[in-house]
Amino acid sequence: MDFAFSEEQELLRAAARDYLADRWPSDHVVTTADAEPSFDGKVWRELADLGWLDPSLGLLEHAVIAEETGFALLPAPWFSTTALAGPVLDAPLQERVAAGERAVTLAWAEPASWTLRGQRSSVRADGDRLTGSKVPVADLASVTDVVVVAADGLYVVDLVEHPDVVVPLSTTDRTRRLGELRLDGTPARRLDAGLDRLDDVRRRALALAACEAVGVSQRAMDLAAEHTKTRQQFGRVIGTYQGVSHQVANIYVALQLSRSLAYWAAWAVSEGDPEQETAVAAAKAFATESAVLACESAIQVHGGIGFTWEHVLHRYYKRAQWLEAFEGYGRLHRAAVAAAILDGNGTEVAA
Amino acid sequence: MDFRDTPEEAEFRRELRQWLTGSLPDDWTERAPTVGRFDVDTSRAWSKRLYDAGYVGLTWPKEYGGGGAPYTHQGIFLEETARIGAPDHIGGIGLGMAGPTIIAWGSEEQKKRYLAPLLSGEEVWCQGFSEPGSGSDLAGAKTRAVLDGDEWVVNGQKVWSSWAHIANWCILVVRTDPEAEKHRGLSYLLVDMHAPGVDVRPLKQITGDPEFNEIFFTDVRVPRESMLGQPGEGWNVAMTTLLHERGTLGFALTAALERQLRNLIRLAKLPTPDGRIPADDPVIRDEIAQEWIDLQALRFTNYRSLTTLAKTGVPGPEGSVAKLHWSETNQRLTKLALSLQGLAAQLDGEGGIWDGFWQYQQLRSRGNTIEAGTSEVLRNIIAERVVGLPRSR
Repeated sequence: MDFAFSEEQELLRAAARDYLADRWPSDHVVTTADAEPSFDGKVWRELADLGWLDPSLGLLEHAVIAEETGFALLPAPWFSTTALAGPVLDAPLQERVAAGERAVTLAWAEPASWTLRGQRSSVRADGDRLTGSKVPVADLASVTDVVVVAADGLYVVDLVEHPDVVVPLSTTDRTRRLGELRLDGTPARRLDAGLDRLDDVRRRALALAACEAVGVSQRAMDLAAEHTKTRQQFGRVIGTYQGVSHQVANIYVALQLSRSLAYWAAWAVSEGDPEQETAVAAAKAFATESAVLACESAIQVHGGIGFTWEHVLHRYYKRAQWLEAFEGYGRLHRAAVAAAILDGNGTEVAA
Repeated sequence: MDFRDTPEEAEFRRELRQWLTGSLPDDWTERAPTVGRFDVDTSRAWSKRLYDAGYVGLTWPKEYGGGGAPYTHQGIFLEETARIGAPDHIGGIGLGMAGPTIIAWGSEEQKKRYLAPLLSGEEVWCQGFSEPGSGSDLAGAKTRAVLDGDEWVVNGQKVWSSWAHIANWCILVVRTDPEAEKHRGLSYLLVDMHAPGVDVRPLKQITGDPEFNEIFFTDVRVPRESMLGQPGEGWNVAMTTLLHERGTLGFALTAALERQLRNLIRLAKLPTPDGRIPADDPVIRDEIAQEWIDLQALRFTNYRSLTTLAKTGVPGPEGSVAKLHWSETNQRLTKLALSLQGLAAQLDGEGGIWDGFWQYQQLRSRGNTIEAGTSEVLRNIIAERVVGLPRSR
């Protein structure tokens, strides 16, 4: 039993933290988020240079990057490219991604079938042309390619060639906007990877969403701690009031519990552990709900300033809400856990 | 990162599982959970069997009767005993608090005298920390000890002492220097509970059970050498005790919660008199799943803390959340169990489900957020010592 990242993984974390602190201070995150979304080749090549787009990275390395990019609120389509599209790309496209030339997202959702689990697509292929609509699609306006889940398989559409299929949608979290993909006989290339890979995509994405939520919680806690250590009211630092400090303590508790579950989930998926389904369900539900609560408490202890557009907190809050909504709110994942622990024989509850 | 057993851990787990199956009655796992603890004789006999098989004090030094094993073995022991619902060792306070403190602070002579009978269950320990006037505020203790020749003479009153009615020894925090600053005037005695002047009175709890006691000390004479640390070092010694109470306890709490959750799932699958199965109700399923998730969060947080302990020698700060999280999870779980029973939830004896098992567990759980550091004190500790907020008082 060893619950620690390797030395190499810790080096990756330190490098990620340095890069993000240097290149993505909050004001730059905000400026980028408020600009119109587009593929930013310069940023993308920086991530490629860091090795973050390298197909040889394992899920635990992705877990480290997801946590740090959540902490910094990196407004680039790394999650879409790595967690959602990455596992199904073919070698030529993978190489172009790794070189920083292409960014890719995955289009699976549509109103009648919006989860990866049990996905039933209405997009039809006629030879190498696709027709149908997918909505919402993460980062659609910030990538160069989209992998489309069609009824009979996975296809990739080049958005540089066919920009008119993208319809941006107003999104609460401006750092990870959603869009609608409208395909009408649009040329596409069929991928070798089949629909059977979507379960693996889902598990990886849930684990990484949990890790990213941990980063969000950590930032919310740091902001809350910093503010309550310095802000004075009634002649005292407000962190001395237990009504305030206990909210910060609660963020800390939920953060540590989330982190344990998120790392466990990432490990379980990377090893194909028999518990991987319940692990990702538990981690995703707990970590994303905790991140939302962490941001809400952080906003509360900031008082009025925490409620302003100017303060960065609402950006984190909205990312936490994005993550909570992704692939279904907590109760959907708890239903999966319940099925695993209640519908079998016996009372086996050990992880 | 790897959560699987090493080959050596797997072998230890296999042998333990085999030993437990062979040592408990054949129908053990089918029996309904019981309210009462085992009577003292049965509990002592079970403790002795555990000891003889080498499963008590697994991580303690070998020269004092321990196993000299890594912390992971203790974790495996707790997981496996929870899985099969094995009875507890009789000496919880001794194993979790008195023993580790004696190992850390005791003289060679004291270690030789006290540790082996503690492990075997022959001698039971209780804790004399809280007083009527100082619960969370341990440094406010008023029980006095005055040196008279070669003996300390103790006068005062302690409260909330679990197991004092069967205890042989007490770890007792006393004030030896009333002039000193309050943290510096304390000392830490090892007191014979059968000495003249020790009077134990059971305290009935809201469960109706006398698990706690008051202890009155009237001119109790304690040998001068029966002290851990020097006079005036009592606060530091007591902090060692509490560190162990709140630190390595995580695995025991996980084991206890796992046992409760298994009982809850068993309950949720029993048909109610009107033929419904609670485990089919989507709202109940959601709540049980949340309990399961809370259990795993506790389990893996312990693993993380244990890894930090193994690598650095001190438990990580994440360990401070274990007791806080466990207590509130257990309270929710036991209330959920009652809510599955309708008005029958009021039946706390014969005629009730499992003879009032859940009625007892639910009431008992209210103590979880009070004993061993109230949740308010624990939140203060997290806010001040871990997050680094300014002191609230």
